[in-house]
Amino acid sequence: MNEMLHHKLPVKSANVVKLEFFSRSENVSLARLVASAMAAERQISIAELDELKVAVSEAVSNAIIHGYQGKEDCLITMTLKLTTQRLSISVHDDGVGIADIEQAMKANFSSSGERMGLGFAFMRSFMDGVEVTSLPGAGTTVVLHKDFL
Amino acid sequence: MDFQTESKKYQGRDWLVVAVSGELDLSAADQFKDKLKAALAKSRTRYLMLDFSRVSFIDSSGLGVLMGRYRELALTGGRIIIRHANDQVYRLLTASGLDRLIEVELPIGGHFAKEEK
Repeated sequence: MNEMLHHKLPVKSANVVKLEFFSRSENVSLARLVASAMAAERQISIAELDELKVAVSEAVSNAIIHGYQGKEDCLITMTLKLTTQRLSISVHDDGVGIADIEQAMKANFSSSGERMGLGFAFMRSFMDGVEVTSLPGAGTTVVLHKDFL
Repeated sequence: MDFQTESKKYQGRDWLVVAVSGELDLSAADQFKDKLKAALAKSRTRYLMLDFSRVSFIDSSGLGVLMGRYRELALTGGRIIIRHANDQVYRLLTASGLDRLIEVELPIGGHFAKEEK
């Protein structure tokens, strides 16, 4: 059955991986690992792979810290879609959401405490595209795009 | 995360040298911060040298811990030096602008190695 299905698929069809995990900090490295393993199937330099890992790390960390306010038993959904030319990684949480996306995306060096507010700045500078969809109370979806030459 | 400390004389001052290992992300940030704060309090020095030769990855959570320590130490004229950062860590230290506050030894042929002799 599986073989038959496989034969019907076009050769260059996209590969999709969907992952659901708890909003625990130890799952940030798992998310990085899955994303970099998928990206490594295409032509990508070590430096670009490092940047992709940082972007994924920031997106998942944001979902844990901001989306779920540090609660550890909430679900984060990561969906990865790999085509010949692009890897798109969607990180979704059902947390508190963002009221002002533009404001949230600004680097905030003066923020008090330990966090530097660099998450979105890194995502933007290290990826070829970043989309954020969010509404207060309705969760947040961040989609990161990496294009392959 | 492995965390080891020692004291060292450098440029006529007492430095706390910390060798840390692993990935400095959200899962390690709190532990890294607490251990650094405790070690600094115990050593009673304002001079912190971080040996990153066994740090494989850093993101904004790890950078935030470094920024926090810089803010505390800078109040009393302290200094932070980072040595042996790998390419990924070095790139993030420069991309974040932290290399303008913290002294980061260049990955190849660092200038601090020369001074130390």
